[in-house]
Parts: sequence; C-alpha cells; structure tokens
Amino acid sequence: MQLDAMYQEIILDHYRNPHHKGLRDPHNAEAHHINPTCGDEVTLRVALTPADGAALDDHAVVSDVSYEGMGCSISQASTSVLTDLLIGRTVAEGMATLEAFTELMQSRGQGEPDEDVLEDAVAFAGVSKYPARVKCALLGWMAWKDAVSQSFEKESV
Amino acid sequence: MTLRESVRPDTGPIDTTAVRKDFPILSRTVRDGRPLVYLDSGATSQKPRQVLEAERGFYERHNAAVHRGAHQLAEEATDAYEAARETIARFIGGDAGEVVFTKNATEAINLVAYAMSNAATAEDGLRRFQVGPGDEIVVTEMEHHANLVPWQQLCRRTGATLRWFPVTEEGRLDLSDLEELVNERTRVVAFAHQSNVLGTVNPVAPIAARAREVGALVVLDACQSVPHMPVDVSALDVDFLAFSGHKMLGPNGIGVLWGRRELLEAMPPFITGGSMIGVVHMDHSTWAEPPQRFEAGVPMAPQAVALAAACDYLTAVGMDRVAEHEHALTAYALERVGAVEDVRIVGPAEAVDRGGAVSFTVEGIHPHDLGQVLDDKGVEVRVGHHCAWPLHRKLGIVATTRASFYLYNTLEDVDALADAIRDAQRFFGTRP
Repeated sequence: MQLDAMYQEIILDHYRNPHHKGLRDPHNAEAHHINPTCGDEVTLRVALTPADGAALDDHAVVSDVSYEGMGCSISQASTSVLTDLLIGRTVAEGMATLEAFTELMQSRGQGEPDEDVLEDAVAFAGVSKYPARVKCALLGWMAWKDAVSQSFEKESV
Repeated sequence: MTLRESVRPDTGPIDTTAVRKDFPILSRTVRDGRPLVYLDSGATSQKPRQVLEAERGFYERHNAAVHRGAHQLAEEATDAYEAARETIARFIGGDAGEVVFTKNATEAINLVAYAMSNAATAEDGLRRFQVGPGDEIVVTEMEHHANLVPWQQLCRRTGATLRWFPVTEEGRLDLSDLEELVNERTRVVAFAHQSNVLGTVNPVAPIAARAREVGALVVLDACQSVPHMPVDVSALDVDFLAFSGHKMLGPNGIGVLWGRRELLEAMPPFITGGSMIGVVHMDHSTWAEPPQRFEAGVPMAPQAVALAAACDYLTAVGMDRVAEHEHALTAYALERVGAVEDVRIVGPAEAVDRGGAVSFTVEGIHPHDLGQVLDDKGVEVRVGHHCAWPLHRKLGIVATTRASFYLYNTLEDVDALADAIRDAQRFFGTRP
C-alpha cells in the first residue's frame, strides 16, 4: 500500500511527539508562513550565534529553532525533523540540507536521498509522489529560510 | 399504438446505472486500481458524453468567430452561440437578453462589483450603481471567497463599509438583525444561494424583500444551487445571479451572469475591447446593448454550446429529480458519516433546506491526512477551507473534509466514504 510508504513511522512519531516545539527566546527573527490552499500555518523563530563573535554570516551557528504551528502530519512532522537537523549546524550546512530536502521533495518519487545529509528527513521521500502534499512538507523549511534571511537583513541595517 | 402517454419516461428515482454510463470518467480506476468514487462535484462536476460531443461537434462542423464575419461558418457559429444563450436562459427561467457569458461565476460577480465603482456610474441617473463613503455592502460569513473578496475590494476602492450576516452554530444565516444590517445605507446585498461548505440553502425571499424596501441591489451566488435544484430567476426576485458552467456538467471557461434587463441596460461595461462597442473613434467609444456590452473579445462559443447541452441533459433528467436524488444522498450521508465515531458534521445536521455538500472533521486526523487515506481508497473528496476561510475561522476550525454529490452518485458511494473514514481512523490509530 502506497500509504505506508508515505506515512512512515518516523513521520507519525514526529507528528505525535514533536521535537523542539514551542516559541523560545532569544531569537534573531521570526517568520510566519501559511499554506493558502489549506490554511495550515507555522510560526518559526531562529536564533543564530556568529561564528567568531563578529558579524552574522554563513558560518553562524543555528543555536535554536523554535516553532508553533497547526497543520497536517506532514507539515508538522517535517518541521519537527527540521529542528533536529538544523540546530547546532552552521547556516551554510542548513542551507545545503534545505537544498537537498527541496530536491527530494520535487523528485516525484524518483529521488535517492543521501541519508548522511537528510537523516530522518529521508522518510519524506514517499511524500514527493503526491505533488499536492509537497507544499505541506516544505512549509516549515520555507519559514526557516525566511527567518534566516530576515536575521541577516536585520544585522545589515 | 399503445397508450402510454400518461407515463412520463423521466419520473421516479434517477436510474444512476444508466446515468453513469454517460460519464466515461466514472468507470476509470485510480491509485492501484481502485474504482473511482467521485465526491467532489461541489468543486467541479464530471461531464457526460453529450456535453463533450456538443463541444466537439461545434469545432468539427461550425467553428468560426461569432458576431463578426459574414461567411456561412460565422453565421452558423453565431446562431449556435445565440441558441445556446436561449437554452441556458430558459433553464433558469430568464430571457436570453438577460444572460451574459463570462469566464466563470467569479468574473460574473466582479463584473457587477466593478460596475458599482465605475467612473461612468457617476451620473445621477445611475445612482443605483454609485457606492461611496457612508454606503454599505452586505455579505454573509459563509461566502465563498468569490463572493466576498470582490466586495471587500469594492469597499476599498470607494470607501464604502462591508458588513455581514453572522452564521449560527448550526450553520444557518442569523437573520435576527436583518432590519438593522440591511438599511437605507445598503447599496448591495450579496449572498450564496447554497453554501459550498455547509450545504445550507439560504432563505432568499426575506433578504431580497428587505433589500427591496431599502433600494439595495441583490446579487445571488448560485454556483451551488443552479446545478443542483430547480432555479427560476423570475420567482427569486433578485437583481443578479451568477453561476459557473463547469459545476453543472458543462465545460470549464464559461460562466453566466443573469441580470435584470433594465439594470444591464444601465450598467457600464467591465472588460472593454472588440465586439462590445457601438461606435469607436480614436478618442472615445460607445457601447453595444447588453448582453454583448459585457462580452468583449471573441466569446467562448463552443463552451456555450456545450453548456446548453448540459442544460438539455439536466432538463431531460429533470431538475426536481436531481434535487430529490441529492436530498436522499445528503440525508443518508448525514446519517452514515455522522454515525462514525469522532466525526463532527459541520453545517445543518438535518437534511432540511440543505444541499449535497457534507463537510466534517474527524477528531485527531487533519483533513489533509484524512483526504490522503480516502484517496488511497479511491474516494475523492475536497480537503481544506474550500475557499471559505473566514467561515472556517468563525467555526474555530482550520480545515474540513467535504463530500459533495451529484446526480451520478449512489448510496454505495456514501458507504465507501464512511468505510474509508474508519480505515483512516485505524491507520492513524485514533480508533481501534
């Protein structure tokens, strides 16, 4: 059954017991993203720590990602997995992970995910067979990208 | 000759087996060979062969740009287009001169909304179409975005105030403040004949009567009524009525604005260009009479012909029988789906003044996830806010799952829906 390929146990676990959920301070920026087709939403904050105590750049470390959201299992689990993957990484590593995840989501079920990069996020490979659900899987990731670029913009003002 | 004339062939319950044979798509399978259970006709209906053949026939035999050119094909195409207008007008009890073809109902409603704030309506004689600060537009909380956003925008353009009828917990319009909400400042009252989410059939008469008293125009969104029940514009006492072809067995890309003749005659055009003109000079133009005034550019003649074929199909079945059939499906669905544990029906629980859109939530399962399991079983429903976001917000829910019926659906389709909901509950572990 294709459903089992989509709703892997990892996804359902993250949905039932989300990691790092709740909005926390300190944070550099917050992004609120909505999926206009279904009304699902996520509010996501990032806290960045500059690598050398100076300006924020790609080497900054993602010291925290916190979020609140309501939505389907795919959007909520994907955001939970995101926090596991990105907290403690540099922004550059995070962007590379985002790119790999986006590529997997757009693969229409043909992707061969790199488990070293995507870890638990490989479980979402089955979602990519359903174009209507890809937006769900990317909701939190797009909010993360937005929050990071907002953090950089604030810094440059 | 046998005497059988007292028996009309088309009486009694609809023979769905015969009807379904006219819809090729209904015999296909989806997702791993599951039979298709199509429960999303509120979004768009499937099309019978007769409609597809009408459109194809136009292209194969009569295709030409209508209302321009004097060759034989242009003549035939124009005749077919105007004959289609007559058929469609008859279907809703109106006159052909009152039927304007638009892209869809959304465009039809925008056509009226833009007439209300057009510079050309600034003359005293067109006071009915003038809207400004201090004026009010009244809608309802259960509107589809198509009958809400255009009025929001009209208010933004003109400084008028948008007001709305609230929705009760049961999913009916709360008319207790009718006299206050619709008052001498009201210019337009726009509302759905039947809610696309709740299924509620709204009482047109008292709202239209109050609008008459205060001189407000009445715009009825009939997208979910014209396809599903007999609708007679002459009995409704509204000023404008909008519906889409694709929800009533017709093709995409065509909708209808029906408007009272004297209003259409007074109204300025919305979209301007070819074939909607009287005389064109380099610096100014005059307008054609309605309905051409509102049909700029080469119109969608093949789609009009196909929509007329859809009207013929529905007329042959009988709109009263379509309504009865859907009433039976709705009552059965309210009972069967409503009996599933943890299911909450959104909208009237009784099949009284209620059409065939049954929306619901399932405790512990997001509609997207529910829809995915249903889809895996071949049951195709709509999930989300169904373009009625404020209504969902009012009801305190993010999204719902909606099953919507048409003349080709069966009681077995409803059984398949109820069974698939239980499957989803087992799959996600919310129920044993």
